[in-house]
Amino acid sequence: MDEIQKTLLMQVADLHEVPAGAYNIRSNGQSVDRRSTEHIEIVTKEDKPGIDIFIKPGTKKESVHIPVLMTQTGLKELVYNDFHIGDDCDITIVAGCGIHNGGDKTSEHSGIHTFYVGKNSKLKYVEKHYGSGEGTGESIMNPETVVELDENSYMEMDTVQIRGVDSTERVTRAKLGRGAQLVVKEKLMTHGRQKAVTSFYVDLDGEGSSANVISRSVARDESEQTFYSHINGNNQCAGHSECDAIIMDRAVVRAIPEITANHIDASLIHEAAIGKIAGEQLIKLMTLGLTETEAEEQIVNGFLK
Amino acid sequence: MLELKNISYHVETGNGRDILNHVNLKIDDRFTAITGPNGGGKSTLAKMIAGIIQPTEGQIFFDGQDITGVSITERARLGISYAFQQPVRFKGITVLDLIRLASGEKLSVEGACRYLSEVGLCARDYINREVDASLSGGELKRIEIATVIARGSRLSVFDEPEAGIDLWSFQNLIAVFESMHEQTQGNIVIISHQERILNIADKIVVIADGEIKKEGAKDEILPQLLNGSPETGQQLRGACHRFA
Repeated sequence: MDEIQKTLLMQVADLHEVPAGAYNIRSNGQSVDRRSTEHIEIVTKEDKPGIDIFIKPGTKKESVHIPVLMTQTGLKELVYNDFHIGDDCDITIVAGCGIHNGGDKTSEHSGIHTFYVGKNSKLKYVEKHYGSGEGTGESIMNPETVVELDENSYMEMDTVQIRGVDSTERVTRAKLGRGAQLVVKEKLMTHGRQKAVTSFYVDLDGEGSSANVISRSVARDESEQTFYSHINGNNQCAGHSECDAIIMDRAVVRAIPEITANHIDASLIHEAAIGKIAGEQLIKLMTLGLTETEAEEQIVNGFLK
Repeated sequence: MLELKNISYHVETGNGRDILNHVNLKIDDRFTAITGPNGGGKSTLAKMIAGIIQPTEGQIFFDGQDITGVSITERARLGISYAFQQPVRFKGITVLDLIRLASGEKLSVEGACRYLSEVGLCARDYINREVDASLSGGELKRIEIATVIARGSRLSVFDEPEAGIDLWSFQNLIAVFESMHEQTQGNIVIISHQERILNIADKIVVIADGEIKKEGAKDEILPQLLNGSPETGQQLRGACHRFA
């Protein structure tokens, strides 16, 4: 692995070296390193690009890392990664994609991640996207996450995209069974002329299921962001979506939340707020000795932390 | 230390109005309280000292240096602190972050906790909380004061620290200022209506209608305010409240 790839790996997976536990590192369209463990098996798909990850029932306190690195300009790929998580598990999955585009052609990674989460299982899923490179070619990432949560399972999904991705269309679809819980925390910052669209489709099918979708974003320069969330309450359930955006410069932010109650005991809330940094926030930090630019950085960093 | 020379502030909105009218004031005492009726120009004066509002006329000197045109940031770096009457909320910035920014150094958690304890907050419960809408007015106010204490400035200005807080918080607040009065090395200016705060001041300045109506030692001014002495004028009624 060269220095650029190591940097990407650091950015998307906080990894300096190969991780502990199970992992699969995909670089420039190929799986370059992989380890399965006693409880977690990673298998290459036969019919299409991608991998199947099988996690045995009862697997606790283990992790899977599946970073994707792209340093070859002009590469386009579509990858399917399916996670089959047994009952009664407690695991962390870290995925992420780093593109370093030093050339003039568009590099594009589209990943479809499907999670089948077994009964009573607990999953933390972390996904980071990062782009770098001096080339004029664009870096495009279009992740799709499909989630099926079985009875009383819990999934927390943290997604972060802070730098360097020119265009992204993120789609998350989730179906929740009885007593299942989904928490999504999205952090997004766009700059330059970047465009980002995120869409959430959540079906609260099971009795007592709940979903909380929280998006915090900052749009700078001339970038554009669109946030869609659709939560359907199909049973006695609780759903909440929140989009909170800071707009700067000449950026554009749209928030389009939709909640549909198809059941008398569905309780659904949506909140959306877009605004610039409040002048008094800047002034407060300036009275502590920060310059206006430093104050702005602190406010943005805190907001996206 | 701080000198306001011939300071005026005129607003053009409506029919135009003088918020401050040729104010001359020297602040050299360790603890100065500024009082007077609402709308008299006190908060404008405090903001002017911090650099948030620019005077339309006059000059401000800090330790002999003319700081009239100096920015908020530069004034803060020169040693002026300002506590907001209505503290600002931030999403995502924690109490610890804010106190660290205030202290200007990579303060340890224990160090930050000491400042919170000084304002009567149980540090463990607050240090990692966000400075957002989940905090009550009284809690925010005390955190605001902690940020000013953490700066350890040569001049600290507090704009109505008692405003918008409940009785219980008020009792604690008085204790905070009493201990600050004993411990601080720098000078303190507090804008307040409260007798108990005025009572710990060395000097009291009374501002009404954009002008200084009275200025002098606490022992001289406070009895006049409490007794409603004719000298202080009709407009000063209600400037000072006893907290029942």
